[in-house]
Parts: sequence; structure tokens; C-alpha cells
Amino acid sequence: MREINTALITDTVEKLCIEANLHLPCDVKCAIKKCRECEDGNLAKNILDDIIRNYEIADAENVPICQDTGMACVFLEIGQDVHIVGGDLYEAIHEGVRRGYTNGYLRKSVVKDPVRRGNTGDNTPAMIYVDIVPGENIRITVGPKGFGSENMSAIRMFKPSAGLQGIKDFILETVENAGPNPCPPMVVGVGIGGTFDKAALLAKKALMRPVDSKNPDPFYAELEEEMLEKINKLGIGPQGFGGKTTAIGLNIETLPTHIAGMPCAININCHVTRHKTEVL
Amino acid sequence: MEKHIKLPLTKELAQTLKAGDRVYLTGEIYTSRDAGHKRMCEALASGEKLPFDPENATIYYVGPTPAKPGEVIGSAGPTTSGRMDAYAPTMMSVGARGMIGKGARLPEVVEAMKEYSGVYFGAIGGAGALLAKCIKSAELIAYEDLGAEALRKLYVEEMPLIVIIDSQGNNLYEIGRSEYLTNAEN
Repeated sequence: MREINTALITDTVEKLCIEANLHLPCDVKCAIKKCRECEDGNLAKNILDDIIRNYEIADAENVPICQDTGMACVFLEIGQDVHIVGGDLYEAIHEGVRRGYTNGYLRKSVVKDPVRRGNTGDNTPAMIYVDIVPGENIRITVGPKGFGSENMSAIRMFKPSAGLQGIKDFILETVENAGPNPCPPMVVGVGIGGTFDKAALLAKKALMRPVDSKNPDPFYAELEEEMLEKINKLGIGPQGFGGKTTAIGLNIETLPTHIAGMPCAININCHVTRHKTEVL
Repeated sequence: MEKHIKLPLTKELAQTLKAGDRVYLTGEIYTSRDAGHKRMCEALASGEKLPFDPENATIYYVGPTPAKPGEVIGSAGPTTSGRMDAYAPTMMSVGARGMIGKGARLPEVVEAMKEYSGVYFGAIGGAGALLAKCIKSAELIAYEDLGAEALRKLYVEEMPLIVIIDSQGNNLYEIGRSEYLTNAEN
């Protein structure tokens, strides 16, 4: 049994909120650069150049890559041999977000009620996702999620008879509907299986995986590659002005499901796909 | 075509801009997004005045990050314009002409643009650090309680934009994509 104090969790969440919003992960930078090499249209090339300049400025000047510094999605993998001491774990995470968004000059984009609105003023609450795993560490990932792209996401409860084709069509339909809105080039997270809610969670987790990673199952790894290629034939292009680069990555996560169903969720993200992890 | 233009955006100036033009904008613009637009349209509906003179005004759909000490503004890229579609025709009907944002617009907005010679400019979504560079001053003018959504007057220099929809209703999203697909086939 290892003890971890909530004060350390608060400090870590604060730091991750700031770093994730200021510095784009290497996998995303590499994917954007790779796409820039392949584009032929002048406007598409110019847009990708500006996107590269933008994250370079953010790196050099420690300013947020994008003004939508998102809702703070905080993923915890808690080792089952860890004993958390020093107070309420969830409150420790919210406090980390509160400090990170205040001390890091990040935008406070959360309203306290979905219908009645009203900004909470400190970007809390965080959206917290917890998995209990073997071991005595806590792995914390902060993935700030902007809503220009979140709003273009979709979920569908397929009949099993829809098969693989149903899923392929749904992915293309969702990207097509998203069009220029989610700041393409986008990253596409796909969750297939589980229940209604788990499919959506899988799609979100798929966005936390590096964009150059592959699903360990060759069937889904191939599907990832095939769908990314098909998306990039739609011609939406950088910012929707036409071009080869509509998406820079597509990740699929799956779970077993019920004999009667085939849930499929698609979580769309922009070219500012942020995530930062630390293991305690 | 590349054009360097100075605001205000008069009707005559607006009519010279074409979908696909790269525009570098200099002058005063106003920031507003969801909650600010809702409040402005409610004010107009109850016969009140807007916090700024809308005549020939350009509105930037943005909610910037807070300015660090010594800075004018934080990151300041565009938000998705479609959420302002419910308010844009009303804003144009009282004289506002330019809109800066990103993403698709509804047909009724395009119709209003044709009627009032409106122009829809695109700024690069997700390039907030880059766009902040051309913002030389920022002044809070109303709705401070809305935080990031408060109304601000900005002075911008050579702000890099692209005309997405022009006052004749031509749309770069349609033109650019179909040109790309036609070229890809050949």
C-alpha cells in the first residue's frame, strides 16, 4: 500500500492543465507537418503553415495554442494499491483545474447549468474519468476539450445487421456534417461497442491516444487507416477551404457489446488535440 | 486576390470583396459571441441602443483567453459562427456588416448578407496565438459579467483573413472544395 496525498494531485492537475494548453503534443505536430508536405493547393499549404507558426508561437511565448482552452477532461488510472490521503480526491482535482486555469491565464469556459447557463468563473468542474488498475501509481491525463469540435460529435445505436459498412458510412457522414466547423484538419475518435454511454467514453479515450498509434487488433488498425484515407478524399481540407488534409488522425477503441446492438460514437477534435500525462 | 483594407467596412468597400480573397484588415472591430449576441438582440427587441454604433461595424466572434500582465490580450482565434446565425440577420439589419469567424452559415444569414451587403471573413480556427499578434489594443466596452464573452473593442493591424462568403453569396467552402475535387479527379 502506497500513500499519495491529494495536495500532490492538485499540483499535478494544475501543471498539466497549463502545459496541455500551451504545448501541442509531438505526435500532433508531426502529423500536421507530414500533411503539409503532401498538400498541393496554395491556400491549403498557407493554412497549414499558419497552423504550424501558431503552435510555434505558443511554445515560444507560453501562450495558449487556442483561445478555447476547453473543458478540463481529467482521466485517472488509480492503482488499486494506492491509498489517497489528505482529503476529497475529486475536490483536489477541481482545485487543480481552478488553479491551472487561473494561474495559467486560460479561458474559463464552463457554465454551471446547461440550460440556465452562468459562467462558474474558474472552469470547474472538471470532467473526471476514473479507472482502477493494478499497481500503486496514479496516472493522470488532462485533455482540454474545445467545443467547436465537441459539438460536431455523434452517436448512433446500430442494429448488428448494419455491419461494418454501417460504421464506415456513419464515420464519413459525421465528418461530412462537421465540415469546416470543427477547425479541420481534425482528429477523429471512434468508439464501437459497450453500451450507449461506454461507446461515447471509448470515443473520447480514442482522442487521448497518440494520432500516430495503431489499434493493437490488426482488423481495427486496418480500419483506422482505411477510414483516414477515405476522410481525406472528401476534399474538405484545412479549415474547410478544400484540400487533401481533412483529418490528421483517426483512432478506434472497442468493447464487447450486447447480441442485439452495435453502438458507435464519434468524438471529433480539432488540429489542437491536446493531452498531457504524468504518472505519480 | 490579396487585399489590404481599412475599416470601417462601408457598403462600397464590402461589395469589392470576393469569396477567396486574402484580406489583411486594419481598424476597429468588436468582439461578441453567444451570450453577447443574445443580450444585444434582446436590447434591440426592447428598443434599446447597442453598446456600440453598429453602422458599418465588423464583429469578431471570439472569446479570448485573459491577457497576461503586460499583454494586450490572450489567445484570440475565432469561434464557430453558426451559433450566431440566429442573431446575425438582426445585427445586419441595424448596420453591422462584417463578421469574422469560422464554419458554415445558414441560408438565411447568406440572404441577409446579400440584402445588406454583408461580408463573412474567416480567421484560422485554432490559431489563437498567431491571431493575437495583430491585436494592438483591447478595451472592455460592455457586459463585463460575461467574462470571456464580454464585449470588447479591438484595434487590429493587418489581421490575416479570408473572405468565406461575399456580399453576392459566393461561398469559398463550396468553391474551394469543388475545385479541389475536380482537380483531384483529373
